[in-house]
This record gives sequence, structure tokens and C-alpha cells, in this order.
Amino acid sequence: MRVILRMVAWRVAFAVPLLLIVTVGMFALAKASPFDPVRQYLGDRAMVTAPEVMERIRENWGIDRPVLEQFTAWLGNFLQGDYGESRTFHRPVAEVIMDRLPWTLLATGCAIVLMLVGSLIVGTIAAWRRDSWVDRVISGGAFANESVPVFWLGLLAMWVFAVQLGWLPAGGLTDPASTTVDPLDVAHHMVLPVLVLAVSQSSWLVLFVRESVIGTLREDYVIGARARGLRERTVLVRHALRSALLPFLTLLGARMPELVTGAILVESVFSWPGVASASVQAALAVDFPLLAVTTLLGTLAVLGGNLLADIGYTIADPRVRTLGVG
Amino acid sequence: MTSVALPQAGRRRRSLVFAVATLVVLGLAVLLVPPIVQLDERIVDLRSAGLPPSLSHPLGTDEVGRDVLLRSIYGLRVSFTVGMVASLVSITIGGLVGLVAGSVGGTVDRVLMRVLDGFNSIPHLLLGIFIVAMFSPSPVAVVVSVGVTHWTTTARIVRSEVLSLRSRPFIEAAISGGASRARVLRRHLLPHLFPHLILATVLMIPHAIWHETALSFLGLGLPPHMASLGNMISDGQRSLLTGDWWASLAPGLFIVLPTLAVALLANHLRDRLNPRRRSELSL
Repeated sequence: MRVILRMVAWRVAFAVPLLLIVTVGMFALAKASPFDPVRQYLGDRAMVTAPEVMERIRENWGIDRPVLEQFTAWLGNFLQGDYGESRTFHRPVAEVIMDRLPWTLLATGCAIVLMLVGSLIVGTIAAWRRDSWVDRVISGGAFANESVPVFWLGLLAMWVFAVQLGWLPAGGLTDPASTTVDPLDVAHHMVLPVLVLAVSQSSWLVLFVRESVIGTLREDYVIGARARGLRERTVLVRHALRSALLPFLTLLGARMPELVTGAILVESVFSWPGVASASVQAALAVDFPLLAVTTLLGTLAVLGGNLLADIGYTIADPRVRTLGVG
Repeated sequence: MTSVALPQAGRRRRSLVFAVATLVVLGLAVLLVPPIVQLDERIVDLRSAGLPPSLSHPLGTDEVGRDVLLRSIYGLRVSFTVGMVASLVSITIGGLVGLVAGSVGGTVDRVLMRVLDGFNSIPHLLLGIFIVAMFSPSPVAVVVSVGVTHWTTTARIVRSEVLSLRSRPFIEAAISGGASRARVLRRHLLPHLFPHLILATVLMIPHAIWHETALSFLGLGLPPHMASLGNMISDGQRSLLTGDWWASLAPGLFIVLPTLAVALLANHLRDRLNPRRRSELSL
């Protein structure tokens, strides 16, 4: 327990200055940007708005004050939970995030579970039937899948399953005609995005599980288990797979940036109303308040993923737990 | 043993042939087609809009009647150019950071490595999106956004390479022989680092192309009028929903195939440079 607490403290000590630097960096970039937020906010109306009115908005927003003063004001509000108003959605940023975050968590959560279970099964089968045609299809497919951009995979799946076969909806959260959010309808709409995200993220995992199970299958204790006449399934799952799993946890945490990237693209392809696609909409409209929060959320997800992986590793491996070595 | 090794060797040779052939064909197309067949972005031909693949249009036409194959080749050229410049930028940044961190060491090294960890904590695409959003979609913004996000791996490789070179006898001999820092760097370090840097650049190009197409696909990359692969995939989305797969999916093949070819080549090179792995594979 002490080890875990020390690790959490260490990570937080790294995260706080990092997040501060990220906010400074974002603010500096926004200030260096040639876009005028007031014009952006007004859109086409900027052409017909009187200069005095624009000046007044500027004053209201505090854009006419010195940059440092603006930054401290913005950061102060930020720390107090006031994230400003999203210029894309014309609503407070906090509301937009609260509305959308659950959908992102739901979809990515399901994708992670599917990806883990799927790659463990598929990778173990490939290792078990090593060099057979099954293995060749699996490892070849996983290798090729690494070269396929997730948005292209998404469009391909959309074409096959939504357009050609008509089995699944092509995008959105619910049926356009429905006025309520029906869980079954949502589940139906979620199949494609979750599947595509899971498949696109899982190729390295499949290859990794395969390599590591092949490695453990050569170990003495596996040979011993076989010699004792245990069933093949017991040998494979209880002996080989179990010890192949350890490094897996850290690697999973390290893949968090790819997962965030995948979520951004998949949500955009399938018009899934999550935070990841909101960041794209915010970027298209140069909506700094919303974009800043989504960028920080992405960074937090990566840091949190690393921390969770380390904690999981500590709990799973008694050597790390007692000796405090990684 | 040989009976098992042979079919594997055959497969590996086939994949190598496939990789080289793909890269040669695409490379020739990118080099030779644009000078012969001019592409005028402004010309649309609504009479031949949305045609399926045929002899005159091998990959069909898009929703305003432009030939998908021709535009894809142009798109690959644009994506490749942007990808190569972006790779060079990020390799330069990564190489410099790694060189400084590895050769100066101490506090500088620790600080630089923390900065690197920090950059790695921000999802690359998100940082790219942020940069492009603030500076309007343009080739320069894309190059900058790829450049500042992709240097970290190179920096790590170069740093560890410099650290291992530093303790080699020939460097120690040079230093004790009175060679200056600049001379050691120029005569002894750089020639060793060069192959690594070239390989890193080649391997980074598909990454950079991926990054560029992802940004363009989201509408945040190259300006919409440019025939880039990401823009084409994005434009083709509408026709995809009505069943015209080619306008969107065909340009994607021009990303998938070269990326796969480079990955196969890299794999092959790795096995060749590491004979232990090769013999393990053929067991």
C-alpha cells in the first residue's frame, strides 16, 4: 500500500506542473493565433456589426487587457470551475463536457473491454496453433491492420455493415426519428464505433499476446504442467497466459494516447456525440475555451492511464509489491 | 528443420517482393504521372459524376466528376511531400535534442527527458488539432504540428546511441588525443548516428502521412481545394452513404499500401540485421 501511495504522490508531482505548462502553452498559442475571437464568435454577423459593439465585446471578455493579466484571470476562473462559454455550442463549456463525457466513456470503455478480451483469445489461439494457417491469418491480419488508418477502417465498416448489408445504423447516437434516448437504440448505434475502435487498437495487442504466450510455452513450468498430464486448456490459460499477462498492463497504459487519437477519429466518422468529436468541432470553429478543456482532458486521460497501469502492475506482481522495483 | 524453414523463407521473400514492387510502382506513378497528365482542380464534369470504376476511369469518378485514380496519385504526391518535410523537421528536432541530452548529460539531460515525457503525455493528434486550429489549415501548420509531436522517439534513440558511443574506446582515444568537442562530434559521433537518422526518417514518413491525412480528414489539414488523400476520403464520405464506395475508400488504399510496404521492409531489415531472430524464426 505504501508503495502505491508513494507512486501516486510521485505521479501527481509530475502531473501538476505538466498540466500548468500545457495550459500556458495553449494560452500562448491562442494569443499568437491570427484569429480574432470576437469575429469568430460573431461569424457572418461580424460584417454588419459596428466597431463600437465589437470593442464592447472585447472589453467584456477582457481581451483588451495585457496578456499576463488575461492569463491569470483565465487560469483563476479555470481553477474555480468556470471554464467559460463554448463558442461552437453557445453554452457553458462545463455543460457541454458533462453532456458528452458519459458517451465517450461508454463507447471507449466498451471498446477497451472488447479489445482486451478479443486480443487475449485471438492472440492465445495464434500462439497455440503457431505457424498453422490460423496463426498466419491472425498475425498477418494484425500486421496489416497496423497500416490501416482508423478512419478508413470506420468508413469501410460503415459501407459494408450500414450501406451494403443494412444491419447497423451508419452513425449518430439514436434514430433520427426518436425523441427519447432508448438504451436498445443506443446499443444498436454503438456497435460499429465500438467494434472499429477495438479492432483498430487491438493489432499490437494480438501480436504482443502471441509473442508472449509463445515465450512462456517454452518455459519449464509449462512443460512440467504438460508432463503432469493437465488438460491443454488448463496449461494454456492457467500457466502460459497468466504469466504472459504481466507486462501487458504497463503496455496498456502506455497506449492511452493512441486510444484518445482513435476515439477522436472514430467519434468523428460515426458522428458519436462524445467529447472527442467535440474537440474537432471546437477546433473547426476556433473555439478556444472548449478546445482547451478537451486538450487537458486528453492529457489527463494519458496521465491517468499510466498511473492505473503502474498500480495494476504493483498489485499483480508480488515482486514489485514487496521490493518496490519495476 | 529445413522442411519447415523453406516455406517460411518463401513467404518472407514474397512479402519483400510485394513491398518493393508496391513502393516502386507508386513511386513511379507519383514521379511520372503528374508531368504527363495535368490535373486542373477547377475542372469539374458533372456529366461524368459518380461513375463506378471502368476502363476509362479505373477507380471511378467522384461526385463532381473528377477521376479518382488521377486525383489519388496527385494526393499521394502532396501527402508524401508534406510527410517528408514533416519527418525531416521532426528528425532534426529529435536528433538535436537527443544529441544534446546524450552528450551534455547531467541536469540538461534530465530536464530534456522530462520535457520529452511531457510531450508524450499530450495525445499527438490532439496537440496537432490544437496547433492547426489556432493557425488555420495550411501545409505549414500541418508540417509544424507533425514536427513538434513526432520528435520524441528519435530523441530517445539518438540519446541512447550517443550514450553508448561515448564509452567506446575510439571516442575515448580521440578525447585523450586532444580532439575538441566539435571534432569528436563531427568526425566520430555524426557518422555513426547518420544511418540511424536516415532509417528513422524513412520509418517516420508513413507516420507523418497518416497524421496529415487524419488532420485533413477532420477538415483541419490541408486546404479543401488541394487534392490530398485525407481531403478525398473526407469528400467521398457523402457518396459512400449512397453506395459509391470508390470516391472515399479507393484513395485510402494509397495510404494503406505504402504504409504496409514500408512496415514489411522495416520488418525484413530488422530480421536481416539481427541474425539470431532470423534463425529463431526459421526454427
